[in-house]
Amino acid sequence: MTRAITQLLACGLFLSVNSSARAQVTFDRLLQSSKEPQNWLTYSGDYSGRRHSELAQINTENVKGLSARWVYQTGALGKFEATPLVVDGIMYGTGQDDRAYALDARTGRPIWQYQYIYPSDIRPCCGRINRGMAILGDKVFFGTLDAHVIALDAKTGNLVWDVEAVDYRKGYSFTLAPLAVKDMIVVGISGGEYGTRGFIEAYEASTGARKWRFYTTPGPGEPGHETWAGESWKTGGAPAWITGVYDKETDQLFWTTGNPAPSNRKAQREGDNLYSNCLLALDADTGKLNWYFQYTKHDEHDWDSTQVPVMVELEGKKFIAHANRNGYFYLIDRTTGKLVFSKPFATTTWSLTKDAEGRPVATRESSPTLEGREVCPGAAGATNWMSPSFDPQTKLFFVTAREQCDIFSTAEQVNEEGHAYYGSAYFPAADAEPYWGALRALDPLTGKIKWELKHLSPSWSGVLSTAGGLVFTGDSEGNFIALEASTGRVLWHFQMGGAVIAGPMAYAIDGKEYVAMAAGSALFTFTLP
Amino acid sequence: MKGKYASRWHFLGAPSGAMSHIHLYLVASLLFLMPIGAFRTHAQETNPFAGDARAARAGESQFRANCAFCHGLGARGGGRGPDLTRAQKRRGETDAELFRTINEGIPGTAMPQNGTTSQGVGMTAEEIWQVITYIRTVEKKSASATAGDAAHGDKLFHGSAGCFTCHMVHGKGGRLGPDLTNVATARSVESLIDSVRSPSLHLATGLIENTKEFPQEYETVTVVTGVGQTLTGVTLNEDNFSVQMMDTQQQIHLFEKDKLISFKKTRESLMPAYDANVLSDQDLQDLLAYLFKVSAK
Repeated sequence: MTRAITQLLACGLFLSVNSSARAQVTFDRLLQSSKEPQNWLTYSGDYSGRRHSELAQINTENVKGLSARWVYQTGALGKFEATPLVVDGIMYGTGQDDRAYALDARTGRPIWQYQYIYPSDIRPCCGRINRGMAILGDKVFFGTLDAHVIALDAKTGNLVWDVEAVDYRKGYSFTLAPLAVKDMIVVGISGGEYGTRGFIEAYEASTGARKWRFYTTPGPGEPGHETWAGESWKTGGAPAWITGVYDKETDQLFWTTGNPAPSNRKAQREGDNLYSNCLLALDADTGKLNWYFQYTKHDEHDWDSTQVPVMVELEGKKFIAHANRNGYFYLIDRTTGKLVFSKPFATTTWSLTKDAEGRPVATRESSPTLEGREVCPGAAGATNWMSPSFDPQTKLFFVTAREQCDIFSTAEQVNEEGHAYYGSAYFPAADAEPYWGALRALDPLTGKIKWELKHLSPSWSGVLSTAGGLVFTGDSEGNFIALEASTGRVLWHFQMGGAVIAGPMAYAIDGKEYVAMAAGSALFTFTLP
Repeated sequence: MKGKYASRWHFLGAPSGAMSHIHLYLVASLLFLMPIGAFRTHAQETNPFAGDARAARAGESQFRANCAFCHGLGARGGGRGPDLTRAQKRRGETDAELFRTINEGIPGTAMPQNGTTSQGVGMTAEEIWQVITYIRTVEKKSASATAGDAAHGDKLFHGSAGCFTCHMVHGKGGRLGPDLTNVATARSVESLIDSVRSPSLHLATGLIENTKEFPQEYETVTVVTGVGQTLTGVTLNEDNFSVQMMDTQQQIHLFEKDKLISFKKTRESLMPAYDANVLSDQDLQDLLAYLFKVSAK
């Protein structure tokens, strides 16, 4: 009896709150996200992928007074790689091992929490991780470690639909935050460490029905099929495990792909291996390929090109800016897919020449052998999946760089479905210098490094720039750091007690700006007093 | 209160409203623990693939992908992980013990739980058994790695060689250098010899930053404090903004870097190099024999 009354009261209260709340998150709101900088509506903040906030309340003058407001503990072990969303005062996020939550973004108190139960024999590469959600209408969406896509009711966390994309037992999983476009939820698969066939696909947000799927290794009769020896296209990897961006003017998705499998083994997949390590321009309605740009042909070093491709406008021209795991920064004309230039942003030894299009060409000496050969960057790359940022005020591109070389070894391996398919090993040379990292500010028109903040050990932190003239990033020693965007001067830092392996974001409630960052197993939120 | 809070947790397939709040809370708590518990693959007592050459080949591929970063190609050890070709293994030598070590890791060391780092992809129970099958094929059957006189090594360690002034064994000794109680099972013989003959050749290195639980690398640090005092010692920990160090008198000092007049760090070890004039090859063998003896306890 008491419970029934409580529920009635709760319902009445809920309705009254609901009547004053903002409308649902429509595609139109996602298109015009710049009109509501208080919200963070997609993984990268908006469709351009630039991870920049127009909020300016926290600025270079007052950031020294920034302090922690609340901390949310996910309670999960493992790497916390997610960026949360904020919509009208509510924060939606995922944690390690496919848990999800909605929080009061002012206090950190949970509104609902959800744990997806996955089988014990999942095949994740690199830990039980999830990088976040998409929101559309009255639902939030995420991909799971057993390769399902699920929709939850945004107000209650109740499951609305659950669709299996592919059989996880073959080595597939989802780790990226989906992208909501029109009435669709777009995802890309993980699994390049197994003998998988990568794909990007779209689901109808209301029902979970699949609308299209683009395979990243072409089948017989399709263009590009000839870039794979024999049957290697069937197990060639080329996953698509980082969130892409959407260009409304051309109605295209720009999405990046990862390494060919097996990662260090030339002999088992001769050829250029399209569309591994590519930037893909896909028609949003059909998933049809309009054009591609391949960063690393026939990659033998596990240098996934799964970095968020950032749409930038400079001197009246439209580009994609991309700092690649292979150590080169690429500026690409996104109206044509043609390379403008490529230039190293970290130590590279694998290329001495460029092809006619200006792409670095791998030397024969960089190809792994059984005994192993030292190549820079190492297997973790000169950067990795951590989000870069583009600041339209300073016109600088910020990227987390890594200075490490590895010895790459290759050996024959028979592919067995559902078992790791590397054909390889990599490890530091015995006399290797300790490796380190840096946050680097690049001029995207020249690739020149304007400033850098040296990290003691390499960082896995993404970067946020804000209209307050600030850049936020984190380090592996647990610091959250604010810098002056124009100079790289450190203005503030806070020790969060756990390594940062995620990207920061910003939001506002009732005119008060907050910055949020995951570290260890917790999500930290900061604001001015 | 607990029930009300827990009812907000949602689980796949949990019928809402069908259970009392208290029951839901209990079920919710159990389910929430599942993803951790469920991955503790249950260890059999014996290896189902023992002696199977095909499983050993598959295990070698798994080893290269998941283990070689620290344990080296061919399992011969690197500066980071033990030489696994030695039959003697500190954490247990039986199939079941090896399975447990690989699957659960060794808490408090750089040996991670199966599948928790970005090194490798994590292994199924079948793949772990394949790796164990592979390790058995590369193990050397000789019982002892060195032929020295452990009793004489003990005397050197605590006497003329002076090791104990900076190193502990079984809780006794100095603090400036690493505790050497387990070092003989944690490093290859070549690495141990290098560490005595040329201490600066391989300072300890952290593993990878995500699992850098013990970041101490014994780098030599010299600071000039805000009041002009110069201190030399080893770093205990450090980030971009602060440093925790032990000076040569084994005193701990804590500094914010921006308050120091100068901060210099090198990878030249504070430990003197013990060349053959200071420590003969036979004495070195005796010292290693002593370290092997204490690490076997």
